[in-house]
Amino acid sequence: MNVVEASGLGKRYGRTWALRDCSLAIPAGHVAALVGPNGAGKTTLLNLAVGLAAPSAGDVTVLGGRPPGSLAALDGIAFVAQDTPLYKNLSAAEMLHLTRNLNRRFDRAAAEARLAELGIPLQRKAGRLSGGQQAQLALTLALARRPRLLVLDEPVAMLDPIARHDFMATVLTAMADDGVSVLLSSHVLAELERVADFLILLSQGHVQVAGEVDDLLASHRVLTGPAAEAAKYAERPVVHVRRAEAQAHLLVRATADDPVPPGWEAHPVGLEELALAYLREPGAAALPGPARRRDAEPSEVTT
Amino acid sequence: MTTLTVPARSEQDASLRPVPWRRMAWVTWRQHRLALGGVAALLGALAMWLWIVGRHLHHAYAAATACHAASSPACADLTSSFNGMYAALANGTALQPVPALIGAFVGAPVLAREMESGTFRYAWTQGFGRWRWALAKLVALAVVVTAAAGAISVLIAWYYQPYFATGNQTLSLTQVSPLTPALFDLHGVAFAAWTLVAFAIGALAGILIRRVVPAIVATLAAYTGLAVAAATLLRQHYLTPLATSSLNVPASAWITSQWWTKGGKFAFTGLPPMQLLQQFCPAPPLGSVTRSKPSSVSLAQCLSRHGYTRWTSYQPASRFWPFQWIEGGWLLALSMLLIAATVWLVRRRAT
Repeated sequence: MNVVEASGLGKRYGRTWALRDCSLAIPAGHVAALVGPNGAGKTTLLNLAVGLAAPSAGDVTVLGGRPPGSLAALDGIAFVAQDTPLYKNLSAAEMLHLTRNLNRRFDRAAAEARLAELGIPLQRKAGRLSGGQQAQLALTLALARRPRLLVLDEPVAMLDPIARHDFMATVLTAMADDGVSVLLSSHVLAELERVADFLILLSQGHVQVAGEVDDLLASHRVLTGPAAEAAKYAERPVVHVRRAEAQAHLLVRATADDPVPPGWEAHPVGLEELALAYLREPGAAALPGPARRRDAEPSEVTT
Repeated sequence: MTTLTVPARSEQDASLRPVPWRRMAWVTWRQHRLALGGVAALLGALAMWLWIVGRHLHHAYAAATACHAASSPACADLTSSFNGMYAALANGTALQPVPALIGAFVGAPVLAREMESGTFRYAWTQGFGRWRWALAKLVALAVVVTAAAGAISVLIAWYYQPYFATGNQTLSLTQVSPLTPALFDLHGVAFAAWTLVAFAIGALAGILIRRVVPAIVATLAAYTGLAVAAATLLRQHYLTPLATSSLNVPASAWITSQWWTKGGKFAFTGLPPMQLLQQFCPAPPLGSVTRSKPSSVSLAQCLSRHGYTRWTSYQPASRFWPFQWIEGGWLLALSMLLIAATVWLVRRRAT
């Protein structure tokens, strides 16, 4: 089952396309990370998936073919929006009661236990909690709904490193215990290495890379060799070229079995490095199957 | 932390029943109890004021009507003391903005606050479903404010009762028509209906404007426009007005227009022109024995002696309830339309 499936999906605000021609399938059972620069369309894609926005073009379905925003879809998806909106004048306990009333399932005992564990006082107004506590409260409310898909929009952007760590630990625990699929957007790349096993790179409203992290890492190598010879690879699937003194680092689409040219060394690539390379080359794309796009000319970055 | 078992998903999907409507009762109360408390306080203060002033009014009225030998000086005093309470009648116009205030301050924030604070992204992604959420909230709040307005309008009707009594004219007590534009929408079913429509305008303004304060301002403006248009343009046409050439139009009638004819030809509208009066009915010189100013009836009598006929177009007081139901009916239909439009906008509004 695909938790999110889009084909030709587009969203236009006025005359600007926030998202365009987006086709992707996110299978269940992953922590999928949606990565991209500001304005790439991450929030738009998440809003479309949870039914807050309606597509201008194409289709999107969730949880195996359900229309987003339908009762069946809402029932199975918990969404924590950017800046974790809560009713500021309601206490944590009242937020629990509110969410319980608005959903078919609500695991109140688990939610209260989690808040106690986090040291969030039940009687305190949501508006008086710290940013990290508000994020944790919003996440607790979402998880207590026992969703099949948890959608998080920039969940850790506003948090300090400790709160960020705690937050992601909670997400991973829920994933391990309950089999919740997770789709989160972030521009904190360092965090992703630890949690994400599915990557979607968005750039200027287009899907640039989509696939399982293991597959992506296995199909990319970094070649290091003399800078003078870097131009030789112009027709190879080079994603990004980084020059340093006499050496050039090329991120290429190649597996460990592909031959390495003489005088060059091949290294495996890390997720952060891979994501950064693609983000620096908005024209490059690595998409599974027939959706694969023609590789654009790589540009050179001198360091 | 408690470990949780994952329920069988396929069974759940097959019997997916929506979250029951009644669950919104607590949600609506908790989120709008401040606004509802404000309405209760406003109406409570209003009720006290109506009760205190109204009791004086009713006492004065009872004393004036119970007085025997109507021409005696004692009775004249009682009559003028009731008529002197004109302020009590004029104060009624202070009640005119009440439906608008209730509607604007309860209705406009329902959606505008969610949009303004971003909490709609929480509310509209819960399992209850966003259009069901909007419908449940709006209907519950609409019923509550309409019922509250209906209750206070019973008290308002009691307050004005002395002015509507049919015997007042013979006792020369102040009498007004229950159809008078300044009072018509304060009693009967109209007061509740106007409150409902103000609430519905507020809800729609909230989703369209998405900011609390501008939505409240827009609601007050739209309501005022609608109320003025209804009172000045629409209401007199609910039923075809009656026309009479008699000079004795009952004081309980709502006079919509008056015009004069002479020899079967139209002469003029409204009050007679000054030159005509000077020609036919000169006012008695100042300082003469009869100090009283000529009344409109005596003027009309004077002019009719010179071949003029006064025509009066009016709505009789007996049409009060038909008019109330007509006005209540179209306001109810309009409110339902506005609430339906609001829910529809919530359903399709792309963010």
